[in-house]
Amino acid sequence: MTNKQTPLIAALVLACGLANAVTLRVANQGDVQSMDPHSLNESLQLGFDGSIYESLVGRGKDMSVVPLLATKWTQTSPTVWRFELRKGVKFHDGTPFSADDVVFSFKRAAADGSDMKGYTAPVKEVRKISELVVDIETVTPFPILPDTLTVFAIMSKQWCEDNKAQTPVDRRKGIENTASFKANGTGPFRLKERQPSIRTVLVRNFNYWDKVESNLDEVVFTPIGSDATRVAALLSGELDVMEPVPLQDIERIKGASSYTVLQGPELRTIFLGMDQKRDELLFSSVKGKNPFKDRKVRQAFYQAIDVETIKSRVMRGAATPTALMIGPGVNGFQADMNKRLPYDAEAAKKLLAEAGYPSGFEVTMNCPNDRYVNDAAICQAVAANLARIGVKINLQAETKNTYFPKILRRDTSFYLLGWTPSTTDAHDALYNLMATPTDKGQGQYNLGTYSNAKLDELTGKIQVETDKAKRAAMIREAFKIHQDDVGHIPLHQQALAWAYNKNVTLAQLPNNYMYFKWVTLKDQVRAGR
Amino acid sequence: MLVFALRRLVQAVIVMLTVAFIAFMLFQYVGDPVTNILGQDATPEQRQQLRSDLGLDQPFPVQFVRFVGKALQGEFGLSLRQGRKVSSLIAERLPATLELSLTAAVIALVVGVPMGVYAALRRGSFLSQVMMTISLLGVSLPTFLIGILLILVFAVTLKWLPSFGRGEVTALGAWSTGLLTLDGWKHLILPSITLAVFQLTLIMRLVRSEMLEVLRTDYIRFARARGLPDRAVYFGHALKNTLVPVITITGLQLGSLIAFAIITETVFQWPGMGLLFIQAVTFADIPVMAAYLCLIALIFVVINLVVDLLYFVVDARLRVERTIAAH
Repeated sequence: MTNKQTPLIAALVLACGLANAVTLRVANQGDVQSMDPHSLNESLQLGFDGSIYESLVGRGKDMSVVPLLATKWTQTSPTVWRFELRKGVKFHDGTPFSADDVVFSFKRAAADGSDMKGYTAPVKEVRKISELVVDIETVTPFPILPDTLTVFAIMSKQWCEDNKAQTPVDRRKGIENTASFKANGTGPFRLKERQPSIRTVLVRNFNYWDKVESNLDEVVFTPIGSDATRVAALLSGELDVMEPVPLQDIERIKGASSYTVLQGPELRTIFLGMDQKRDELLFSSVKGKNPFKDRKVRQAFYQAIDVETIKSRVMRGAATPTALMIGPGVNGFQADMNKRLPYDAEAAKKLLAEAGYPSGFEVTMNCPNDRYVNDAAICQAVAANLARIGVKINLQAETKNTYFPKILRRDTSFYLLGWTPSTTDAHDALYNLMATPTDKGQGQYNLGTYSNAKLDELTGKIQVETDKAKRAAMIREAFKIHQDDVGHIPLHQQALAWAYNKNVTLAQLPNNYMYFKWVTLKDQVRAGR
Repeated sequence: MLVFALRRLVQAVIVMLTVAFIAFMLFQYVGDPVTNILGQDATPEQRQQLRSDLGLDQPFPVQFVRFVGKALQGEFGLSLRQGRKVSSLIAERLPATLELSLTAAVIALVVGVPMGVYAALRRGSFLSQVMMTISLLGVSLPTFLIGILLILVFAVTLKWLPSFGRGEVTALGAWSTGLLTLDGWKHLILPSITLAVFQLTLIMRLVRSEMLEVLRTDYIRFARARGLPDRAVYFGHALKNTLVPVITITGLQLGSLIAFAIITETVFQWPGMGLLFIQAVTFADIPVMAAYLCLIALIFVVINLVVDLLYFVVDARLRVERTIAAH
């Protein structure tokens, strides 16, 4: 088939009203908030928009960095990277893709209202060198630039100007533009229909520059908020794929002959943090001193928690216990260091006694109850575990809407949090969770102010070190320090669970992106409605 | 009449303001949407900036006065979750909720009244016993359970009806309707039955007891004594007099059908206002919650107002008393 024929066939298929089209029906618990790929930094939105829009650099099924709109990149100086762009790529409206679009898209992503500013911050300038070559200059040496680029969608300059969508949708000011409900990317799927909160329909882009393993002609995406309804809709044959699967329904869906559940560890790590800064805890029976400043107390807490039982009882198996603050799939993950201190209530009691609390103490624990999988139940289990070594936990579980403002004010002594490094690099976790808080944003989520000068120094160096081997060694050292200090208590990576009809094949990425280019659907036998 | 209507209107305004005030008080406790909007990579400055952009750092009375001022102009601001005008979001969702609620009201009446009449006339018969038992279940089972059970039976097991959504809709100007397509009707069946069950059993029980009451009255005996056929006695005289309270209750219940569609809409992913409200609650999307609560209060107030005025027209005694008092 020549290239000229493809649009013709595409048109024919469309003309037939997609009568025999292969349609994938997908449901998620929430809706994609906008079609504008720069308006919200959230995995559902980035993943969905990622089938329509593409970035310079993409991810392979194993999360490795692969060429997408850029074919090759080299570092010409510590702060300058040269990207060669792919030839012959066209946007859905037919305009060719060029360096101008790249320059424009970066400006757009850095503009007011963009939710991508955190990623654009390290980039100083994007320069057009020729039609198909750009230089990206960073403020400081920035070794993980290609990883960061995977979340930057490239939009068409021409299209954005024609549609007055040069700036991102800004929810604060209610600036809506065409980009929030229409789309024009270079990706393997085009947006056909958008009804917010009801349904969004994608159709195949038959002019796509690459061969695609998917055989889908159409994708119908529906948000279904109620867990039970989502499961029912799958089992009744109205859906082909749905996620997330409520933990209690996993076995049931697996038991149905034509459905299956795919589970994999998510990048997010769930952990506990302790206030190690204040001289007296805000919410504790211990007065005049802070027990969490003592490493022995932190280790006692660590060893008192029976993470395997939390996995099997609370998480129904859908968790991977961890000893590190990052999960497999994040660059810098140290497989050999992923060994937890053993669960040992006796040892914990002894440690607590050595620290001067033979009969334990009382402390308040803060916990969200609608943010992570079974978050409040995990905290209850932890509280029960700690009761065994004499520590009485006053559990405060609450909605994320009140929880996050509170812990971000650091009004907490002991808390549960989950973290996904958005760059999928260890530096993100070191910088946000483990390094000493500064007013520049470092340690923003280090809510208990764990502090180790050596780790801070390493974090700064890791950020700018471009030699891969040296950088990896420093990451390892930093994690070792944190582990020896028991800076936090890592618990587990919760599992992603996608349920789907057995005639679907797909690839699940640990960042929970579902790329439709990797989804195929075999012989469609559908209930007749 | 005018004085009466005016007094009612003033009361309505007070009710609305009270609802708005209480709603706003509650919002002080639903939390802060800022972390939801900005995500984990935002800096503390960005959060503070957004908080002041949204006016969330203002004291409560200032926020409230500003809200009422805007609400009077029909402006509820922007949804924090979707970044769209709340008024247009609600306008988009209103047709779905109204179609669902009205269908449920019709089902409740069309099925509930005959069932009630039958249960009254054939009191003690096997079928009316069964009806009474079912109605007890209908009154006591929570709506979400009924919804899930219906989905389990008709969607998952029998695969006759769809389990979620509104199906194919046709746009008639600003109004989107699902009533013009077969697919739309199929999607409407389960949710409307779910929503109707409680009202249906309520109406049935009400009709039954009213009917039993009326059948004992003298004029029914006289009608029988005159040798009127059963049909004329039951339906011409008894039922007609039973229906006055039934219509009042049904009218008032229409408000609660619209308001309590929340649960049904959540279970069936019905894209109406209730679903919008629930999504707003989980996100602490204050403008949407405020607008929804005020709208529901308005619906109740209007229905009550209309019912009050109707009483005034229908019930001569109200007018007479007033005339006497005036003398």
